[in-house]
Amino acid sequence: MKLAWGRDDVPEGRAVAVTGMGVVANCGIGADDFFAGLCRGTAPASNRVTGFDETLWFGPKEARRIDRFAQFAIAAAVMAHEQAELDHPLDADPDRSGVIFSSGIGGIVTLSEQFGVLQTKGERRISPFLVPMMMPNAGAALVSMRLGWRGPSEAAVTACAGGTHAIGAAARLVASGRCDVAIGGGAEASIVPIAMAGFKNMTALSQEGVSRPFDERRDGFVIGEGAGALVLEDLEHAIHRGARISAILAGASSTADAYHITAPAPGGNGAYTCMQLALDDAGVAPSEVTHINAHGTSTPLNDAAEAEAIEKLFGQPGPPVTSTKGVTGHALGAAGAIEAVASVLTIANGVIPPTVGFERAAPDMTLDVVAGAARPFSPGAVLSNSFGFGGHNGCLVLLPPPAGS
Amino acid sequence: MDDEAKFDKFRECAVEVLKVEPTQVTREARFADDLDADSLDLVELVMALEEAFEIEVDEAELDGIETVGQAFDLVAGKVA
Repeated sequence: MKLAWGRDDVPEGRAVAVTGMGVVANCGIGADDFFAGLCRGTAPASNRVTGFDETLWFGPKEARRIDRFAQFAIAAAVMAHEQAELDHPLDADPDRSGVIFSSGIGGIVTLSEQFGVLQTKGERRISPFLVPMMMPNAGAALVSMRLGWRGPSEAAVTACAGGTHAIGAAARLVASGRCDVAIGGGAEASIVPIAMAGFKNMTALSQEGVSRPFDERRDGFVIGEGAGALVLEDLEHAIHRGARISAILAGASSTADAYHITAPAPGGNGAYTCMQLALDDAGVAPSEVTHINAHGTSTPLNDAAEAEAIEKLFGQPGPPVTSTKGVTGHALGAAGAIEAVASVLTIANGVIPPTVGFERAAPDMTLDVVAGAARPFSPGAVLSNSFGFGGHNGCLVLLPPPAGS
Repeated sequence: MDDEAKFDKFRECAVEVLKVEPTQVTREARFADDLDADSLDLVELVMALEEAFEIEVDEAELDGIETVGQAFDLVAGKVA
């Protein structure tokens, strides 16, 4: 991972290991259940997270004071932290431990409820906890508080690219030497009428309510919810303490289309540049990429632009592509983080989950979409894409762990 | 409503908002030390008490209130 571009006098950053994963998704809570859910080949009955037992992570008062999105953030971060400490304690200086956590929207469940209170009971009854519950940085703040980490604690708020940007920024904290360990992630819980109506009226949602990434019948996304988190650690630090290393976070990129507030740039040019930059950051050639976890939202515009960019950069047929949004739906600011977890698990298991909902390739696309059933592969570099409303682009490059770790 | 009935009602509000056991809500209990309640918790408790007792409490009146007994006296004094 680079610390500067086009400068010979700035050294490469430290290598960054993934030593912990946590995830909350509709297809499973915790890495094992989640990945089994991705590989099952069918979408769960609900796009909502069911079976989330808040008492596992929160006392009754705490649960009342924390919005659903931030509860997901803490649960995912704590799971990731516990996994990182399975064999040996992290033993990191709290002042050199950081958190970057995304949310696209923040605590809109709480905000919606409080709008109701304002209308029925008036402003004197608005909760004093409204602001700390709705702010999109609540996830980052509460994860820092929970772990006692006093390094940087920030929120990446870049819509559907937020989770990817958060993980990239957290990795750069470690690569630069500012932190020895950092948690990057994203969380979202916005399946409420006001948000649904907004997405519906911008014609982003599937009218059929079916997520069909890259399929010719795709007609929009299905909104999802949940959280993903990775513990990112200085590789030397991880090796020294005997940690289990799941992957190397080798590259991360962030660019803007500077084109339109919701539509992607024509020809997928923004996506193309961002993917290229992430590969350059990782020192990986396009021909070395063994799999792409696509943004693949199932909207006509995104999937066409992304497919065009992938075809342009990787040639034909290019590496096998999957969009796990066929299972999870689109969890906005959590999506990139959930998909980063999926990418690490894809490497760890040597299996690419299928793109559920994909049956008929769009005639103008030549992507090798993994469909029907999970596909075994020999893991090499894996690229994870996220492209957000606002023209925010983010990509991550993950590599298998070094031999012997 | 006699004082005992008022205190029962007060206790119900405190249990609901602060998520504490009813037995913890005694006149001597200190909000910060014994009930783990910070200033925002107190604001929310006062809202619940305003609704339950149909009273109004100004923010300024909360200055210096540290115990359940003090808060109860403030509320009880406003109930006709």
